[in-house]
Amino acid sequence: MPECVKTMSQAEREIHLMTAQQQTTQTQVVNRAKELLADGTVARVLGWKAGELPYAPQPAYFEKEEDLEEFVYNGFCGANLSKYMIEASKLDGKTLVCLKPCDTYSFRQLMKEHRVDREKAYIIGVGCKGKLDIEKIKAQGIKGIQSIQGAERTDDADTLTIQTLYGERTCAYADVMLERCHVCKGKEHMIFDELIGESRDTKDRDRFAQVKEIEAMTPGERFAFFQKELSRCIRCNACRNVCPACSCRKCVFDSSQFDSAQKANADPFEEKMFHIIRAFHVAGRCTDCGECSRVCPQGIPLHLFNRKFIKDINEFYGEYQAGADLEPRGPLTSYVFEDVEPGIVAERG
Amino acid sequence: MYKIAKKDLPALFRRIAAGKELYLPLENGGQVNFGVWDEGGSVSLDTLKTVKSPKDAFFPQSETLYTCRRDGKNLSVDPEALQEQEFVLFGVKACDVRGFEILDQVFLADPVDTFYEARRAHATIVSLACHEPEETCFCNVFDIDCAAPAGDVASWSIGETLYWKPLTQKGEALTEAVKDLLAQAQEEPVESEKNSIRAIVEKLPYSHLSLEGWGGGALEEAFDSPLWEELYKPCLACGTCTFVCPTCQCYDIKDYDTGHGVQRYRCWDSCMYSDFTMMAHGNNRTSQMQRFRQRFMHKLVYFPANNDGIYSCVGCGRCVEKCPSALHIVKVIKTFAEASKSKHTGGEQP
Repeated sequence: MPECVKTMSQAEREIHLMTAQQQTTQTQVVNRAKELLADGTVARVLGWKAGELPYAPQPAYFEKEEDLEEFVYNGFCGANLSKYMIEASKLDGKTLVCLKPCDTYSFRQLMKEHRVDREKAYIIGVGCKGKLDIEKIKAQGIKGIQSIQGAERTDDADTLTIQTLYGERTCAYADVMLERCHVCKGKEHMIFDELIGESRDTKDRDRFAQVKEIEAMTPGERFAFFQKELSRCIRCNACRNVCPACSCRKCVFDSSQFDSAQKANADPFEEKMFHIIRAFHVAGRCTDCGECSRVCPQGIPLHLFNRKFIKDINEFYGEYQAGADLEPRGPLTSYVFEDVEPGIVAERG
Repeated sequence: MYKIAKKDLPALFRRIAAGKELYLPLENGGQVNFGVWDEGGSVSLDTLKTVKSPKDAFFPQSETLYTCRRDGKNLSVDPEALQEQEFVLFGVKACDVRGFEILDQVFLADPVDTFYEARRAHATIVSLACHEPEETCFCNVFDIDCAAPAGDVASWSIGETLYWKPLTQKGEALTEAVKDLLAQAQEEPVESEKNSIRAIVEKLPYSHLSLEGWGGGALEEAFDSPLWEELYKPCLACGTCTFVCPTCQCYDIKDYDTGHGVQRYRCWDSCMYSDFTMMAHGNNRTSQMQRFRQRFMHKLVYFPANNDGIYSCVGCGRCVEKCPSALHIVKVIKTFAEASKSKHTGGEQP
């Protein structure tokens, strides 16, 4: 038994004792990564490793073959590793990065913006059967979690079995998936060097349904809706820092010369201003990866701002998916005579 | 020991709120945080951890200190008034009560922070034992007993009843004001609740976390450890851990241009942020690794060095729950412990 397995906590061991199906994807990635490290193709591996708790794997670099014993890939690996590739592109040698289908949109968009170096990446496109949202599990009243079985979907296991300090609980995988998986863009990887693992279609909702509901509100209701949601914002900047489209070297909100602080809302307007500026800045570049909403500690549905922009772009300029192509110009950075006039915003009310 | 049926709690809240401002854990959009209660507020005493700690009640995330106004050739400076109204914080957990004591070490030490002091003086704290502690909790590592919380009044939520025990003079005064709503109660149900809570605490995964190797004396060894360089890598440099923390106490002071003057306000700062402690000469922590290290060194080394060995972590586990990268104080403590174990068993050559 490798040393690291012996020293693992109970929670970590649970992740190791996984279903045969999961062993396949995870083990395949590990085996391939070991080969690529050994033959010098890559200098490091960027993936996920077992965290302190069964539902919290951690984005991690692995530089030695033996370190890969800690590598995990399961339903809780929601983190989009594309953004880490901005820094990894500056390191010597290639980085093997594991990207889920939706993560590849972000990577491609970053390529388009010249923020990552394709030559520095060896992309393993990993299969995805939908990722889990621990907040949704806890919202079912499940607490004191000790271990979770079924954190990677198989054809015959569609239920999570959760051991807690207060007894065994179960919940349906589909009921506790991240919102973004219900409106999945598809399980095709936009860019990869090789593919490992199977995917499963998870889309069962209209991506724009909630945006349409908000559009149908009166301006007063709409304002009240966002006011209520954004009033919880604590300006922790997690949404910005996790966002692959937020790749400015220095954010305007981090400038001490800017009248708006990065750390607190000086007045009730500022909590809205931060998010509105951010939504405008990523408009046309946001791939709708959903990381902003996943990391928000206050459960603010931040993706709704971005999705409104995406819906508008689709309606004004034709269907467009950021990160789906490498065309140099997107709809907001090119001009053609037929483009809508800015007055459209006022006209449609 | 007193008790009140949970169905009568709205009457209790109404009574308290008639004379004092009442802070309770309130639900808003699926998230629970402390806020001022009014009729119709959605109270959630069953929520174990509010997203933010209740420290805002004494040390708000943002508060104006004074306002300068220009009127022709006249300039006026108006300091903000100090808290004068009595208020009650209801439903505070044992870890968060200890959190206030840690903030006291900072804000009530000379020179006393008058804004903080005034709020502390006017507050009555009703604590609540943790009926069902969770896997992210580790308060007992810091000798906190979540079955018997401190505060001015301690309370226990058992079945359909809330048990109520005044612990201080302030607590006696509050009890007196609501006495007709309370009934006398036996100690026994509370004792058995305490036992069952403590039995759960024993089983929590982090209950036996060792702090060996930390403390005021660990300065150089911990600071110079190569482990930080590995640990910080997944850190997104967001401020989530610092802003949900009951003991993070760093703040920044800024001016807000109102167009006719200046509002000088202070707001929570985060050591994770790039301009943390930026001074005229620049910034003394220039990398994220240094900023990341600062947070844990402060909690586990600098604070105990300056405060008789008291750690400035209370084991509430909010950072464990909320870090987007699953990177938090437990991870740091365990990583150091593992490294030290392998060193002592000869696993790592000097």
